[in-house]
Amino acid sequence: MAQRPEPGIAQQAGKRDFDVLVAGAGYVGLATAVSIKQARPGLAVAVVDAAPEGVWQKDGRASAIAAAACRMLDRLGCWGELLPQAQPITDMIVTDSRSTDPVRPVFLTFDGDVDEGEPFAHMIANVALNGALRRRAAELGIDLVEGVAVSSFDTDGGRARVHLADGLVFDTRLLIAADGVKSGLRDMAGIKTMHWDYGQSGIVCTVGHERPHGGRAEEHFLPAGPFATLPLKPDANGKNRSSIVWTERTADAERLVSGDPFIFEVELEQRFGLKLGEISVETKPRAFPLGLTLARAFVKPRFALAGDAAHGIHPIAGQGLNLGFKDAAALAETVVEADRLGQDIGALDVLEGYERWRRFDTVRMGITTDVLNRLFSNDSTPLRAVRDIGLGLVDRMPALKTYFIKQASGLTGETPRLLRGEAI
Amino acid sequence: MPEATRSTIDKNEVDRFSAMAAEWWSPTGKFRPLHKFNPVRLAYIRDQVATRFGRDIHAAKPFEGLRFLDIGCGGGLLCEPMARLGAEVVGADASATNIEVAKLHAAESGVTIDYRATTAEALADAGEKFDVVLNMEVVEHVADIDLFIGKTSEMVKPGGLMFVATINRTLKALGLAIIGAEYVLRWLPRGTHQYEKLVRPEELEKALSTAGMSVIDRTGVVYSPLSDRWQRSKDMDVNYMLLAERSAYD
Repeated sequence: MAQRPEPGIAQQAGKRDFDVLVAGAGYVGLATAVSIKQARPGLAVAVVDAAPEGVWQKDGRASAIAAAACRMLDRLGCWGELLPQAQPITDMIVTDSRSTDPVRPVFLTFDGDVDEGEPFAHMIANVALNGALRRRAAELGIDLVEGVAVSSFDTDGGRARVHLADGLVFDTRLLIAADGVKSGLRDMAGIKTMHWDYGQSGIVCTVGHERPHGGRAEEHFLPAGPFATLPLKPDANGKNRSSIVWTERTADAERLVSGDPFIFEVELEQRFGLKLGEISVETKPRAFPLGLTLARAFVKPRFALAGDAAHGIHPIAGQGLNLGFKDAAALAETVVEADRLGQDIGALDVLEGYERWRRFDTVRMGITTDVLNRLFSNDSTPLRAVRDIGLGLVDRMPALKTYFIKQASGLTGETPRLLRGEAI
Repeated sequence: MPEATRSTIDKNEVDRFSAMAAEWWSPTGKFRPLHKFNPVRLAYIRDQVATRFGRDIHAAKPFEGLRFLDIGCGGGLLCEPMARLGAEVVGADASATNIEVAKLHAAESGVTIDYRATTAEALADAGEKFDVVLNMEVVEHVADIDLFIGKTSEMVKPGGLMFVATINRTLKALGLAIIGAEYVLRWLPRGTHQYEKLVRPEELEKALSTAGMSVIDRTGVVYSPLSDRWQRSKDMDVNYMLLAERSAYD
């Protein structure tokens, strides 16, 4: 039985019937709920999350928010409070080398802004992002029920009937599963996935350094996989910090994070380098197994998947979170447009519009990152020559480079209105 | 033919639709094309009604206070959205089976609609009046178009609107809407539309004008295979919609 410290607003009000029920109070679930509620205040929207209250505040990670997602957060009334805590990424370099090479060739420099004065991404602490979305959700009157898992649901007739672990039953016209890459609701809906395991894990931690990073992000393609550094805001004491995502074979990653901290620091220093002076490990390193998971369908009657529940991709190009925001924006736009036409927002023909919109883009991005990873995560000399020429070519072709920058900032494809900074 | 024995009902057509009634609400069933077609006609109705009656399309219930008739409502694919937008809706269909399906589905959806198994002439003769009459994808299935347009027009209040959507009687329509949709793509069951029952815009306009209505807008509707969506177009050769108004001083 799930533990729940105090009854949620939904129970207090005795309300059991919703228009939209979102499972998962991560950024995708919250952004979807907020986007819908902001455009259609008359709809009853609730979010349920299995994690007990307060657990979200323990996330020590930070995320790169692409320009398009920043515009969306601005439109949702969250960006103002996030901006002071956000580190703009104004410069990005990509290199391909063995870590022992004395000088790393620089192949790609993405120093172009998306628009005049608009950085192509910002680094934001996950806690700050989640906190801002939660505040906005509460302000809009979205019910948030924490510490209760969905135990089952059925979607016969005009409502989905959702059974919660504590015995409560919610009815809803549309159930949105934003409960992560291991989505329990996706399994309950009988939606199968395709999964590729890379046998790699991403090590994540915060690194302190003597000198400022100058807003520069770096991605080094090392033989075991990419090693990325992303600039963070200095901490309260003014300490310069960066976030790292360091890919290693899973066994190596496990050994690194659970072994001797001294060895970890030595290995880190080899990869991070000393260009920013002495470095220190600021948060306990954690390893996350990497894979590519794609749901075979994104929707069923009265049911839609969003974010990692629909597609968990390799973080090589930093696109997971931004694909999630794109899902949230596209799903919200689909639902809001349908509601404004008087359509049934949970009907399959309505939800198919969202699936058609997002699936192609998702598969393309999944395959692109998969190919990039396979191409770069090895040490074969001929392959190295091919990819070096490839990256060199990209750098010399302005149009292609612009395409990559636009892609990295999430502005290509049929862009949902919120990601263009417009209201739904 | 004397007026008393004239009827708008084509029994074969009523029987054909009754036989498929269970499928009305299956978005993957026989009426899938109609579900696909729904957003474009819903948007046209919503936008035109909002403009003519001064309503805000972003309001929660822009049609509040307006009385709608959906004639030939089938399973209620248009009635339910209109009711959700706030309209008071009467859904009428000559097939009692259709009306049963529509009633069951409305109850399931939790929307209130006044469904009646009846005809346009019976409603008109009972003196029913509406702000908006929806006459969508029906004229190509009735026995007597002039009578049908006359009776449905009679029910439009002064200053009210009537929407008419149908398929043009052109070779292009024969190729796309009948041979293409029914025989090649199998979107629609064979026999859904008969070429000789299709209606040209000028025939409809003439019938509407005889009935005291003025046509104030015309639009074609075309299918875009790339986006798998229907959209409005100037091309009225196949699917088209007319909007007619009864003068406020009538």
